[in-house]
Amino acid sequence: MSQGLELDNLACTRGSRQLFCGLSLAVKPGDLLRVRGVNGAGKTSLLRMLCGLLLPTSGQVLWCGKPLGVQRDRLGQDLMYLGHAAALKDELSPLENLFDACALGGHIPTLPAALAGLEGAGLRSHARTPARRLSQGQRRRSALARLTLSQHAPLWILDEPFNALDIAANAWLTGLIEGHLKNAGMVVLTSHQDMPIAATNQLDLTL
Amino acid sequence: MRAASRPMTGLMVVLRRDLRVALRRRSDTFSTLIFFVMVVSLFPLGVGPEPQLLRTMAPGVLWVAAMLASMLSLPRLFADDHADGTLEQMLLSTHPLALLVFGKTMAHWVGSGLPLVLLSPLLALQFDLSASATGVLVLSLLLGTPVLSLVGSMGAALTVGLRGSSVLLSLLVLPLTIPVLIFGAGAIEAHNAGLGVAGHFSLLGALLIVGLLAAPWVSAAALRISME
Repeated sequence: MSQGLELDNLACTRGSRQLFCGLSLAVKPGDLLRVRGVNGAGKTSLLRMLCGLLLPTSGQVLWCGKPLGVQRDRLGQDLMYLGHAAALKDELSPLENLFDACALGGHIPTLPAALAGLEGAGLRSHARTPARRLSQGQRRRSALARLTLSQHAPLWILDEPFNALDIAANAWLTGLIEGHLKNAGMVVLTSHQDMPIAATNQLDLTL
Repeated sequence: MRAASRPMTGLMVVLRRDLRVALRRRSDTFSTLIFFVMVVSLFPLGVGPEPQLLRTMAPGVLWVAAMLASMLSLPRLFADDHADGTLEQMLLSTHPLALLVFGKTMAHWVGSGLPLVLLSPLLALQFDLSASATGVLVLSLLLGTPVLSLVGSMGAALTVGLRGSSVLLSLLVLPLTIPVLIFGAGAIEAHNAGLGVAGHFSLLGALLIVGLLAAPWVSAAALRISME
């Protein structure tokens, strides 16, 4: 059985517009896949397809050799997806948001682990501030804090993770991604900035 | 870290989260309550202080007002989660989506249905309902309002992400809730007429059971379609 994520002749049509077609590639443990493209090229649609949130117009996505549709539970455990929106509840603090997000992902962290995650994200002093009072960058950091508790999920799919982050947070996130790749994790991300990320095997995909 | 393998964990997580959000943003619950009080109070003012007429009207007025009030916060049941991205995380969760949806529906009922039930005895005073008729009213609302939330969750799931969805949502949901209105208001009318109310309560209970068994799964399937 093959490890990793495979895209098999994938096509996407939104409305009457064809965004991409005939997309085939394989992401293996330790690989970083960067998806580039102009606005509206279909980057987010592709990422949502890889998560199984969007059905491909044709072709299929395989996880560990099997189509996504038949193993939603398995993928739920193996996948860590951060979308365009930060998936934060405005009324809840970063700490509560982190707990809820992890619990939905199937793993309830301990309080010290959650606090350590927020510490890494630079939000230790804001751990109990409602998310609506945080700045854009802090919200992004709060969402990304989940990555520190998601080492168990081999596949990370990140939609514009570097958006709104400052230099220090960029370095922190780059470190997290590099550490995950070293542990034979897989990362798929879209980014407009050309952040240098040390990866043994970097795949580039331009839509 | 420990794996959350119990199926109820997801339900509890979503229920607790939504209750916490509702507690910190009380405006939704208050606007539902104020709407209910306003609509119900306008009727005695409008039709005049004729006790017999008011007693006859009370069941229908209270029940229609409760139905419309519980429609108010329905469009936001999934729309907020859709906007902030947490809905996608629910779809990708390892927990069964139907149970997560059920948790949200329960939280919606606690925030918008239960307050109506608790307030209804006070409003019944305006209609000169007897103590026993008020008891029947409260019980009928207690059985009926969860059905409104359950049926509503199906409509909300189908219309999530659509523009101007609130009108469409009411058009979808209100016709489906007519049986609840008939048996809910009917229970009080039957009681006032000196007839037994067991039949009405049995039917309301049956509607609740059907709703509990079917609505979360239908809503979950509708969410997957809407989020495509």
